[in-house]
Amino acid sequence: MKVLVPVKRVIDYNIKARVKPDGSGVDLANVKMSMNPFGEIAVEEAVRLKEKGVVSEIVVVSIGPLQAQETIRTALAMGADRGILIQTEETVEPLSVAKLLRAVALEERPDIAILGKQAIDDDANQTGQMLAAMLDWPQATFASKLDIADGKAEVMREIDGGLQTISVELPAVITTDLRLNEPRYASLPNIMKAKRKPIDMKTPDDYGVALDIRLEQITVAEPPKREAGVIVDSVAALVDKLKNEAGVI
Amino acid sequence: MAILVVGEHDNAHLSDATGKTVGAAAKIGGDIDILIAGENAGAVAAEAAKVDGIRNVLHADGAVLAKQLAEPMQALIVPLMGDYDALLAPATTNGKNYLPRVAAALDVMQISEIVSVEAPDTFVRPIYAGNAMQKVRSTDKIKVITVRPTAFEAAKLSGRASVKSIAAPAGPFKSAFIGEELTRSDRPELTAAKIVISGGRGMGSGENFAMIERIADKLGAAVGASRAAVDAGFVPNDYQVGQTGKVVAPELYIAVGISGAIQHLAGMKDSKVIVAINKDEDAPIFQVADYGLVADLFKALPELEEAL
Ligand SMILES: Cc1cc2nc3c(=O)[nH]c(=O)nc-3n(C[C@H](O)[C@H](O)[C@H](O)COP(=O)(O)OP(=O)(O)OC[C@H]3O[C@@H](n4cnc5c(N)ncnc54)[C@H](O)[C@@H]3O)c2cc1C
Ligand SMILES: Nc1ncnc2c1ncn2[C@@H]1O[C@H](COP(=O)(O)O)[C@@H](O)[C@H]1O
Repeated sequence: MKVLVPVKRVIDYNIKARVKPDGSGVDLANVKMSMNPFGEIAVEEAVRLKEKGVVSEIVVVSIGPLQAQETIRTALAMGADRGILIQTEETVEPLSVAKLLRAVALEERPDIAILGKQAIDDDANQTGQMLAAMLDWPQATFASKLDIADGKAEVMREIDGGLQTISVELPAVITTDLRLNEPRYASLPNIMKAKRKPIDMKTPDDYGVALDIRLEQITVAEPPKREAGVIVDSVAALVDKLKNEAGVI
Repeated sequence: MAILVVGEHDNAHLSDATGKTVGAAAKIGGDIDILIAGENAGAVAAEAAKVDGIRNVLHADGAVLAKQLAEPMQALIVPLMGDYDALLAPATTNGKNYLPRVAAALDVMQISEIVSVEAPDTFVRPIYAGNAMQKVRSTDKIKVITVRPTAFEAAKLSGRASVKSIAAPAGPFKSAFIGEELTRSDRPELTAAKIVISGGRGMGSGENFAMIERIADKLGAAVGASRAAVDAGFVPNDYQVGQTGKVVAPELYIAVGISGAIQHLAGMKDSKVIVAINKDEDAPIFQVADYGLVADLFKALPELEEAL
């Protein structure tokens, strides 16, 4: 069984994004970049499936600048087998990402695609669902547990009211939630080994996908700032403020 | 302009998020219909017909729609879109699951989790965990939008629209519902509560959350948590507030033993009044708190319960 794992290179999750003063976007110059955390979880899940003998090959794919090679290398060091970088310096919207991934899936014929539920930069939470629709595959989003047997995946999903379990026929798209697993750190020998694993270099043109922009960004602004508050010295003072100053209890 | 809003419900009641999504649709302006897809959901359709400013309710009923799984929702909605210019759903786990699927089938970029309508084609949405607000103009012919419910006023309930029945999709589909474990609680729903009190890793254990629950009951509040508290197994996953959990904006948010990581702030910093109780005076949560109490929560919470 083959797994396709799309991973995105994004701002590191520990870093607070800063809006550029001219409102043209977020300042990413000299900012630490990492693999999207939900992508790490997707890679980890694929590697665990391989360790269990359910999966035989893990292909990671990233769409982005040349540096996204590092992101792919990280996944290879975690245990993925080979990578595909679809290189572009342009902004690629989730719809175009999904179209590129569809093209890759038609070539690679994976049995499952495991994506992150959300990229922590655009917070779009849509690529996996779009890919599923384009391939006419079923989807199981926000997975917190995944079992594969008899050509099906049984997936526990995190939903607003609690947990839901569904079964999807393979091939299927799965998107990961935080509690699916805890991603491993790559060991030094595995990092060395990953250097020899292949990464195919491609461009969007190779797949005949035009990167049209459907959402024109007009401006990016700072969110409204909160006024600095006060420190109260006791519970009694707190309750007094909440009752008499804020009037919220 | 004709707008279709997908109603959110549990086959018994229409959710509060639906009214707020209609509120967002009203800002876009035009004829608004609500789609109710469910199983034995006639009462929900009748409830939806009372939402102010609605033209029609479309009601599709069938076992295949009982859980609003993504595939049947796509099959139901896509053929309807010939009659509409915009499709809106609440940015709940449900809406986030099926709506991008519909968008892709229509070859449209979804506009995720809008917090403001600037013009019928222009919207504001948070990116980077709410550290930046992106204003975007959609050039797609049909606008497919998820709406952050906390950012909009709910439409009132005094209307009398008519309910039209439509057929449920036939299938077969490649996904099937197996079961669910829903968190039962008599407290208000987290995203709709006027007061939310959340605990973090500092709570130390699930048993200690009882201190928070007693205060919640005195205040009529909902209980939330940080991801660290959920990960540690103190409380169920659906308590998580944050960038990748639930977004809340109550009148009062009380954060107890929560440090204030950006991912947590993303889910609560639009609350009207924020209280932080933390023993570390340098905890980042104090930077967004209106009232901060530097204290050991094991001492402060019993005192607070007493004082209420
Ligand atoms: C991709 C991704 C998504 C994430 N999404 C979310 C999300 O949606 N929501 C979320 O919350 N987090 C999220 N996180 C996790 C986030 O980064 C933080 O790790 C988490 O919010 C920390 O939770 P915490 O504040 O409870 O724990 P900690 O950061 O450990 O803070 C515990 C606090 O408790 C205080 N404390 C301890 N003991 C006491 C005491 N006796 N009395 C008073 N105070 C005490 C400490 O001073 C400390 O400030 C995400 C992380 C990633 C990578
Ligand atoms: N540029 C990209 N390259 C590879 N995978 C991506 C890219 N953008 C999005 N994805 C995948 O889609 C998921 C959801 O992203 P989004 O829909 O943008 O929130 C991510 O976690 C990735 O798995």
